[in-house]
Amino acid sequence: MFDLTGKCALVTGASGGIGGAIAKQLHAAGATVGLSGTRVEPLEALAAELGERAHVLPCNLSDAEAVTALPKQAIEAMGALDILVNNAGVTRDNLFMRMSDDEWQSVIDINLTSTMRLCKGVLRGMMKSRWGRIINISSVVGATGNPGQGNYAASKAGMVGMSKSLAYEVASRGVTVNCVAPGFITTAMTDKLNDDQKDAILKQVPSGRMGDPEEIAAAVVYLASAEAGYVTGTTLHVNGGMAMI
Amino acid sequence: MSDIADRVKKIVVEHLGVEESKVVDAASFIDDLGADSLDTVELVMAFEEEFGIEIPDDAAETIQTFQDATKFITEATES
Repeated sequence: MFDLTGKCALVTGASGGIGGAIAKQLHAAGATVGLSGTRVEPLEALAAELGERAHVLPCNLSDAEAVTALPKQAIEAMGALDILVNNAGVTRDNLFMRMSDDEWQSVIDINLTSTMRLCKGVLRGMMKSRWGRIINISSVVGATGNPGQGNYAASKAGMVGMSKSLAYEVASRGVTVNCVAPGFITTAMTDKLNDDQKDAILKQVPSGRMGDPEEIAAAVVYLASAEAGYVTGTTLHVNGGMAMI
Repeated sequence: MSDIADRVKKIVVEHLGVEESKVVDAASFIDDLGADSLDTVELVMAFEEEFGIEIPDDAAETIQTFQDATKFITEATES
Protein backbone atom coordinates (compact mmCIF):
# COMPACT_ATOMS: atom_id res chain seq x y z
CA MET A 1 0.00 0.00 0.00
CA PHE A 2 2.74 2.45 1.00
CA ASP A 3 5.90 2.58 -1.08
CA LEU A 4 9.22 3.00 0.75
CA THR A 5 11.45 2.14 -2.19
CA GLY A 6 14.82 3.85 -1.87
CA LYS A 7 14.39 4.65 1.83
CA CYS A 8 16.76 3.31 4.46
CA ALA A 9 15.37 2.34 7.86
CA LEU A 10 17.06 1.43 11.13
CA VAL A 11 15.02 -0.72 13.52
CA THR A 12 16.21 -1.37 17.07
CA GLY A 13 15.10 -4.48 18.88
CA ALA A 14 14.69 -6.20 15.53
CA SER A 15 15.36 -9.58 17.15
CA GLY A 16 12.08 -9.34 19.05
CA GLY A 17 8.54 -10.08 17.92
CA ILE A 18 7.36 -6.54 17.23
CA GLY A 19 10.74 -5.30 15.93
CA GLY A 20 11.05 -8.26 13.58
CA ALA A 21 7.56 -7.65 12.20
CA ILE A 22 8.33 -3.94 11.73
CA ALA A 23 11.56 -4.74 9.87
CA LYS A 24 9.77 -7.26 7.64
CA GLN A 25 6.98 -4.88 6.68
CA LEU A 26 9.31 -1.94 6.04
CA HIS A 27 11.37 -4.25 3.87
CA ALA A 28 8.27 -5.53 2.07
CA ALA A 29 7.32 -1.92 1.34
CA GLY A 30 10.65 -1.52 -0.46
CA ALA A 31 12.92 -0.05 2.22
CA THR A 32 16.48 -1.11 2.93
CA VAL A 33 16.57 -2.16 6.58
CA GLY A 34 19.25 -2.08 9.27
CA LEU A 35 18.48 -4.70 11.90
CA SER A 36 19.76 -3.82 15.34
CA GLY A 37 19.61 -5.75 18.58
CA THR A 38 21.83 -7.38 21.17
CA ARG A 39 21.39 -10.97 20.02
CA VAL A 40 23.19 -11.48 16.72
CA GLU A 41 21.80 -14.90 15.79
CA PRO A 42 18.13 -13.94 15.39
CA LEU A 43 19.20 -10.80 13.52
CA GLU A 44 21.23 -12.84 11.06
CA ALA A 45 18.39 -15.30 10.65
CA LEU A 46 16.02 -12.43 9.88
CA ALA A 47 18.50 -10.86 7.45
CA ALA A 48 18.87 -14.20 5.68
CA GLU A 49 15.09 -14.51 5.45
CA LEU A 50 14.78 -11.01 3.98
CA GLY A 51 17.64 -11.47 1.50
CA GLU A 52 18.77 -8.30 -0.23
CA ARG A 53 18.45 -4.86 1.37
CA ALA A 54 18.98 -6.17 4.92
CA HIS A 55 21.95 -5.35 7.16
CA VAL A 56 22.76 -6.69 10.61
CA LEU A 57 23.90 -3.98 13.03
CA PRO A 58 24.32 -5.43 16.54
CA CYS A 59 24.24 -2.90 19.37
CA ASN A 60 23.95 -3.02 23.13
CA LEU A 61 21.65 -0.12 23.98
CA SER A 62 22.91 0.09 27.54
CA ASP A 63 26.35 1.03 26.15
CA ALA A 64 26.23 4.79 25.49
CA GLU A 65 29.20 4.78 23.12
CA ALA A 66 27.80 1.92 21.07
CA VAL A 67 24.46 3.73 20.81
CA THR A 68 26.13 6.93 19.61
CA ALA A 69 28.07 4.97 17.00
CA LEU A 70 25.02 3.08 15.69
CA PRO A 71 23.59 5.75 13.33
CA LYS A 72 27.02 6.17 11.71
CA GLN A 73 27.34 2.42 11.24
CA ALA A 74 23.86 2.31 9.75
CA ILE A 75 24.67 5.06 7.27
CA GLU A 76 27.92 3.32 6.31
CA ALA A 77 26.07 0.05 5.73
CA MET A 78 23.01 1.44 3.94
CA GLY A 79 24.26 4.71 2.44
CA ALA A 80 21.64 6.84 4.21
CA LEU A 81 19.23 6.82 7.11
CA ASP A 82 15.73 8.12 6.40
CA ILE A 83 13.62 6.22 8.92
CA LEU A 84 14.46 5.45 12.55
CA VAL A 85 12.29 3.07 14.55
CA ASN A 86 13.14 3.03 18.24
CA ASN A 87 11.51 -0.22 19.18
CA ALA A 88 13.93 -1.85 21.62
CA GLY A 89 12.68 -2.01 25.16
CA VAL A 90 13.08 -3.95 28.37
CA THR A 91 10.99 -4.48 31.47
CA ARG A 92 12.21 -4.99 35.01
CA ASP A 93 8.95 -5.05 36.90
CA ASN A 94 8.68 -4.58 40.62
CA LEU A 95 6.33 -2.98 43.08
CA PHE A 96 7.16 0.68 43.34
CA MET A 97 8.03 0.41 47.03
CA ARG A 98 10.47 -2.37 46.31
CA MET A 99 11.95 -1.01 43.10
CA SER A 100 15.73 -0.62 43.29
CA ASP A 101 17.61 2.31 41.78
CA ASP A 102 19.18 -0.17 39.38
CA GLU A 103 15.81 -1.50 38.21
CA TRP A 104 14.68 2.07 37.65
CA GLN A 105 17.81 3.33 35.96
CA SER A 106 18.44 0.41 33.62
CA VAL A 107 14.91 0.63 32.18
CA ILE A 108 15.13 4.41 31.77
CA ASP A 109 18.58 4.10 30.17
CA ILE A 110 17.67 1.44 27.64
CA ASN A 111 14.13 2.55 26.79
CA LEU A 112 14.37 6.33 27.00
CA THR A 113 17.97 7.55 27.01
CA SER A 114 19.06 5.32 24.13
CA THR A 115 16.06 6.58 22.15
CA MET A 116 17.18 10.16 22.79
CA ARG A 117 20.74 9.34 21.69
CA LEU A 118 19.63 7.64 18.51
CA CYS A 119 17.27 10.49 17.64
CA LYS A 120 20.15 12.94 18.09
CA GLY A 121 22.40 10.79 15.95
CA VAL A 122 20.06 10.60 12.96
CA LEU A 123 18.85 14.21 12.90
CA ARG A 124 21.77 15.77 11.08
CA GLY A 125 21.28 13.66 7.97
CA MET A 126 17.50 13.95 8.04
CA MET A 127 17.59 17.74 8.42
CA LYS A 128 20.05 18.05 5.56
CA SER A 129 17.95 15.95 3.25
CA ARG A 130 14.75 17.71 4.42
CA TRP A 131 13.06 14.34 4.90
CA GLY A 132 12.99 12.02 7.85
CA ARG A 133 10.74 9.78 9.89
CA ILE A 134 11.30 8.95 13.53
CA ILE A 135 8.89 6.45 15.03
CA ASN A 136 9.22 5.65 18.71
CA ILE A 137 7.48 2.58 20.04
CA SER A 138 5.86 3.60 23.30
CA SER A 139 3.23 1.58 25.15
CA VAL A 140 -0.34 1.85 26.32
CA VAL A 141 0.96 1.73 29.90
CA GLY A 142 2.81 4.99 29.27
CA ALA A 143 -0.64 6.59 29.10
CA THR A 144 -2.58 4.46 31.58
CA GLY A 145 0.05 3.30 34.08
CA ASN A 146 0.34 -0.28 35.24
CA PRO A 147 1.01 -1.70 38.68
CA GLY A 148 4.55 -3.05 38.95
CA GLN A 149 5.73 -1.06 35.95
CA GLY A 150 6.56 2.37 37.37
CA ASN A 151 9.92 2.36 35.61
CA TYR A 152 8.62 1.03 32.28
CA ALA A 153 5.58 3.32 32.24
CA ALA A 154 7.80 6.33 33.03
CA SER A 155 10.16 5.46 30.19
CA LYS A 156 7.29 5.04 27.73
CA ALA A 157 5.49 8.22 28.81
CA GLY A 158 8.85 10.00 28.64
CA MET A 159 9.18 8.93 25.03
CA VAL A 160 5.90 10.61 24.19
CA GLY A 161 6.87 13.97 25.71
CA MET A 162 10.29 13.80 24.13
CA SER A 163 8.86 12.94 20.72
CA LYS A 164 6.42 15.86 20.83
CA SER A 165 9.17 18.31 21.78
CA LEU A 166 11.42 17.09 19.00
CA ALA A 167 8.52 17.11 16.55
CA TYR A 168 8.07 20.83 17.20
CA GLU A 169 11.73 21.52 16.55
CA VAL A 170 12.19 19.68 13.28
CA ALA A 171 8.75 19.82 11.64
CA SER A 172 9.77 22.71 9.37
CA ARG A 173 12.59 20.54 8.00
CA GLY A 174 10.35 17.76 6.72
CA VAL A 175 11.15 15.46 9.63
CA THR A 176 8.23 13.92 11.51
CA VAL A 177 8.43 12.35 14.95
CA ASN A 178 5.62 10.12 16.16
CA CYS A 179 4.93 7.32 18.59
CA VAL A 180 3.10 4.06 18.22
CA ALA A 181 1.67 2.77 21.50
CA PRO A 182 0.93 -0.95 21.40
CA GLY A 183 -1.51 -2.51 23.81
CA PHE A 184 -1.17 -6.19 24.64
CA ILE A 185 0.59 -7.85 21.74
CA THR A 186 1.54 -11.51 21.45
CA THR A 187 5.33 -11.51 21.97
CA ALA A 188 7.96 -13.10 24.19
CA MET A 189 7.36 -10.23 26.63
CA THR A 190 3.67 -11.09 27.07
CA ASP A 191 4.26 -14.88 26.88
CA LYS A 192 5.74 -14.53 30.36
CA LEU A 193 2.26 -13.82 31.72
CA ASN A 194 0.28 -16.76 33.12
CA ASP A 195 -3.24 -17.66 31.91
CA ASP A 196 -4.95 -15.89 34.81
CA GLN A 197 -3.05 -12.70 34.04
CA LYS A 198 -3.90 -12.99 30.36
CA ASP A 199 -7.59 -13.54 31.10
CA ALA A 200 -7.63 -10.51 33.37
CA ILE A 201 -6.04 -8.40 30.65
CA LEU A 202 -8.37 -9.60 27.92
CA LYS A 203 -11.39 -8.54 30.01
CA GLN A 204 -10.15 -4.97 29.52
CA VAL A 205 -9.74 -5.29 25.77
CA PRO A 206 -12.95 -4.63 23.81
CA SER A 207 -11.56 -6.56 20.85
CA GLY A 208 -11.36 -9.60 23.11
CA ARG A 209 -7.96 -10.74 21.86
CA MET A 210 -4.31 -9.82 22.01
CA GLY A 211 -2.84 -7.95 19.07
CA ASP A 212 -0.38 -9.31 16.53
CA PRO A 213 3.07 -7.79 15.95
CA GLU A 214 2.01 -7.25 12.33
CA GLU A 215 -0.71 -4.86 13.50
CA ILE A 216 1.94 -2.68 15.13
CA ALA A 217 4.18 -2.92 12.08
CA ALA A 218 1.38 -1.69 9.83
CA ALA A 219 1.05 1.46 11.95
CA VAL A 220 4.80 2.01 11.68
CA VAL A 221 4.79 1.61 7.91
CA TYR A 222 2.05 4.21 7.65
CA LEU A 223 3.92 6.73 9.79
CA ALA A 224 7.09 6.08 7.77
CA SER A 225 5.34 6.73 4.48
CA ALA A 226 5.35 9.89 2.40
CA GLU A 227 1.58 9.95 2.83
CA ALA A 228 1.98 10.56 6.58
CA GLY A 229 4.06 13.70 6.02
CA TYR A 230 1.48 15.90 7.75
CA VAL A 231 1.27 13.67 10.83
CA THR A 232 3.76 14.65 13.52
CA GLY A 233 3.93 14.69 17.31
CA THR A 234 1.13 12.21 17.60
CA THR A 235 0.78 8.86 19.30
CA LEU A 236 -1.01 6.18 17.35
CA HIS A 237 -2.63 3.79 19.84
CA VAL A 238 -2.97 0.23 18.60
CA ASN A 239 -4.62 -1.56 21.48
CA GLY A 240 -7.93 -3.14 20.49
CA GLY A 241 -9.83 -0.39 22.26
CA MET A 242 -8.20 -1.09 25.63
CA ALA A 243 -7.57 2.62 26.13
CA MET A 244 -9.46 5.01 23.86
CA ILE A 245 -7.27 8.08 24.07
CA MET B 1 37.91 39.48 1.44
CA SER B 2 39.45 36.20 2.41
CA ASP B 3 38.58 32.91 0.85
CA ILE B 4 37.10 31.70 4.15
CA ALA B 5 34.83 34.72 4.42
CA ASP B 6 33.61 34.16 0.86
CA ARG B 7 32.78 30.54 1.53
CA VAL B 8 31.05 31.36 4.82
CA LYS B 9 29.06 34.11 3.13
CA LYS B 10 27.95 31.74 0.38
CA ILE B 11 26.64 29.26 2.96
CA VAL B 12 24.80 31.99 4.89
CA VAL B 13 23.23 33.44 1.75
CA GLU B 14 22.11 30.03 0.51
CA HIS B 15 20.84 28.78 3.83
CA LEU B 16 19.05 31.87 5.09
CA GLY B 17 18.01 33.18 1.68
CA VAL B 18 19.27 36.70 2.37
CA GLU B 19 20.87 39.30 0.10
CA GLU B 20 24.65 39.05 -0.01
CA SER B 21 24.93 42.75 0.85
CA LYS B 22 23.20 42.11 4.19
CA VAL B 23 25.91 39.69 5.30
CA VAL B 24 28.29 42.20 6.84
CA ASP B 25 30.78 41.53 9.62
CA ALA B 26 28.52 42.65 12.44
CA ALA B 27 25.40 40.98 11.04
CA SER B 28 23.79 38.76 13.68
CA PHE B 29 22.35 35.58 12.21
CA ILE B 30 19.28 35.77 14.44
CA ASP B 31 18.72 39.51 14.92
CA ASP B 32 19.71 40.79 11.46
CA LEU B 33 19.44 37.86 9.07
CA GLY B 34 16.21 36.29 10.30
CA ALA B 35 17.59 32.96 11.43
CA ASP B 36 15.83 30.95 14.10
CA SER B 37 17.72 28.83 16.63
CA LEU B 38 17.46 25.75 14.44
CA ASP B 39 18.91 27.69 11.49
CA THR B 40 21.99 28.51 13.59
CA VAL B 41 22.45 24.81 14.35
CA GLU B 42 22.19 24.03 10.64
CA LEU B 43 24.65 26.80 9.76
CA VAL B 44 27.19 25.35 12.17
CA MET B 45 26.63 21.91 10.62
CA ALA B 46 27.20 23.39 7.17
CA PHE B 47 30.39 25.15 8.33
CA GLU B 48 31.68 21.89 9.79
CA GLU B 49 31.19 20.12 6.50
CA GLU B 50 32.50 22.89 4.27
CA PHE B 51 35.72 23.32 6.25
CA GLY B 52 36.18 19.77 7.58
CA ILE B 53 36.28 20.95 11.18
CA GLU B 54 34.39 20.11 14.32
CA ILE B 55 32.67 22.94 16.17
CA PRO B 56 31.86 21.88 19.74
CA ASP B 57 28.48 22.92 21.18
CA ASP B 58 29.94 25.47 23.62
CA ALA B 59 31.88 27.12 20.78
CA ALA B 60 28.84 27.03 18.50
CA GLU B 61 26.93 29.09 21.04
CA THR B 62 29.49 31.91 20.74
CA ILE B 63 29.06 32.14 16.96
CA GLN B 64 26.37 34.81 16.73
CA THR B 65 27.53 37.00 13.84
CA PHE B 66 29.13 36.58 10.44
CA GLN B 67 32.41 37.87 11.89
CA ASP B 68 32.22 35.37 14.78
CA ALA B 69 31.93 32.59 12.23
CA THR B 70 34.80 33.68 9.99
CA LYS B 71 37.04 34.32 13.00
CA PHE B 72 36.32 30.94 14.56
CA ILE B 73 36.77 29.06 11.30
CA THR B 74 39.98 30.93 10.41
CA GLU B 75 41.47 29.98 13.78
CA ALA B 76 40.19 26.40 13.59
CA THR B 77 41.59 25.80 10.12
CA GLU B 78 44.96 27.34 10.98
CA SER B 79 45.59 25.07 13.95
